[in-house]
Amino acid sequence: MWELIRANKQKSLMLFFVMGICLVVLGYFIGGAYGGEEGTFFGLGLALFIWIFMSVISYFSGDSIILKMSKAKRVSPNVHPQLFNVVEEMKIAANLPAMPKVYIIPDPAPNAFATGRNPQNASIAVTAGLLSKLNRDELQGVIAHEMSHVLNRDILFMTFSGVLLGSIVFLSHVFLRSMWYTGGRGRRYSSRSKGGGQIQMIMMIVAILMAILAPLMARLLYLAISRKREYLADATAVRLTRYPEGLASALEKISSTDLNLTSANKATAALYIINPLKPKGSKLSNLSSTHPPIDERIKVLRTIAGGANYINYQNAFTKIAGRGRRSNIIPSSAIHDKKNIDLRTIAKPEPAGTKKGVRDLGDLIRAVNKYVFISCLCGMKMKIPPGFKKTEFPCPRCGRINQVPIAELAVLAGVTQGLEKQHPQKETTPVHKQIFAYHRTGKSWESFNCPCGSAKQLSPAFNKDFFYCNKCGRKIEVKS
Amino acid sequence: MIMLFVFIAIVVLVFMFIGFYNSLVRLRNQVKNAWSQIDVQLKRRHDLIPNLIETAKGYMKHEQDTLKAITEARSKAMGADSVGEKSKAESALSGAMSKFFVVVENYPDLKANQNFLALQEELTSTENKIAFSRQSYNDQVLFFNNKIQMFPSNIVAGMFNFKQEDFFELEDKTERAVPKVDFSS
Repeated sequence: MWELIRANKQKSLMLFFVMGICLVVLGYFIGGAYGGEEGTFFGLGLALFIWIFMSVISYFSGDSIILKMSKAKRVSPNVHPQLFNVVEEMKIAANLPAMPKVYIIPDPAPNAFATGRNPQNASIAVTAGLLSKLNRDELQGVIAHEMSHVLNRDILFMTFSGVLLGSIVFLSHVFLRSMWYTGGRGRRYSSRSKGGGQIQMIMMIVAILMAILAPLMARLLYLAISRKREYLADATAVRLTRYPEGLASALEKISSTDLNLTSANKATAALYIINPLKPKGSKLSNLSSTHPPIDERIKVLRTIAGGANYINYQNAFTKIAGRGRRSNIIPSSAIHDKKNIDLRTIAKPEPAGTKKGVRDLGDLIRAVNKYVFISCLCGMKMKIPPGFKKTEFPCPRCGRINQVPIAELAVLAGVTQGLEKQHPQKETTPVHKQIFAYHRTGKSWESFNCPCGSAKQLSPAFNKDFFYCNKCGRKIEVKS
Repeated sequence: MIMLFVFIAIVVLVFMFIGFYNSLVRLRNQVKNAWSQIDVQLKRRHDLIPNLIETAKGYMKHEQDTLKAITEARSKAMGADSVGEKSKAESALSGAMSKFFVVVENYPDLKANQNFLALQEELTSTENKIAFSRQSYNDQVLFFNNKIQMFPSNIVAGMFNFKQEDFFELEDKTERAVPKVDFSS
């Protein structure tokens, strides 16, 4: 595994270097086109400044910007225990030093991505649609794929090269636009000597050429590498889970939807496990796509035989993609690791009753958005939004007055706040020491809900002043 | 002049000696750390089982034998000390558990119990965590044992009495493959 990470790092550095030179040369010629020989240094400086400035920002807060942009919300384990379990399993399998932060994007389109500076500060975000669609094995495959991006240090590399690409595109865009509006007449004639003008002329032509070509080249390079990394992450995911079928069927399910992830855009598309922006069916998209064709990924995963090591993935890939193409997905140093890792071929039985429907998806999205669920005695399930102020709420079906668990709403908000600030949860009065008063309306059978949500019934024969809730331990005073 | 060479040679040897010793100690600590990872998960499984039995007891009146087998396997596993004993006892426990989950199929009420579902998810996850941490433990042990056996670090290992560690083999292949159960019906 370590050889692979090292090879990956070297490649990242190479790409970084090539793209950096691209940017600097572009800056040099653009500067030359405007200000002659002195201009070249100015342009060079400007290009470097943009690059460094953006890199620093993306290093320190790139992950939080990306997470905000994709509307991901940090969640606590009780929103989706299975997701947290699976992430922890993969953390153990990948031997990561710390548990990645877990985010859910409240969107019905299934997708996932990972981001972060290094394995110590990684974040994994999945959409609610993904969670409602996949079973445990498939979810494990997807999380393993994301964990591989963390493990192979792809997350930092993708952010950095994305920023670099952005700088190049930005510079050439500004330049071409200014050419468009000034008709290329800029400050060209203000130069002092004729020779200078000629050099500037040449500079100008080269700059225009560069401005058109550099973003194209850089983008193609970036895309080629990002596609390769998807294969690599698939290979690592298989190595971690030993179960290629999980990831394969997850990819199949994810790709079969028509839903578009609304919060994704061109800048973040490369991060996701499959391209969230569906290209409108053209063959050219193969070259300009951030992701390898999904059918091929699935086919490769299903062809793997004999073991879960990298060499098995490489063999399967060669079989599918053919020898004609240059098809070394895995760096040769990692192939030498010939240790045989057994594949798991049998699906783990799903816990019973986990059939998921549209309603569950809605509930999950609400849970991410900090709704509180209470159930009325008549069986009605009510969803209370986080900003709800009233303490009582009549059931829309039977008209019973239900207690709104204000404390729970506050605690939920508090928990998430605590998560964001990395502070431990503030201490509140323990539930079993709280007192809740209920006023009897008559002498017959009466039902109400304890603030914890459990249903209580009072018989006509009840004559004590209080009793304890058997679920939360609260003291419930009964007043007539 | 010769004295100087001898001196340098001795210094180099001493440093090599220290290096081998330190790397052996580091590896042994890594093995211990990996083992504690497994131990945490095994403990978690032992803690979850009583809850599971408690939940299932009411529903499974006719399966007292299955439940008893789990309880016995659990107490045996908790009593085990060495790595070898533990791997045997834990695989017996795993076997009892997988039998239990097959039997559960006949009890739709139990399968619908929210509490039971949550427990089942926790147990599945714990089993997975055990499997994954077992893999990393075995990798570490292999590394450590190789170092102890190979020249020249075996000299240092012999002098300071570094002992080879046991692998943690949970079950044979037939047991590892969880019986396939169709849930669609």
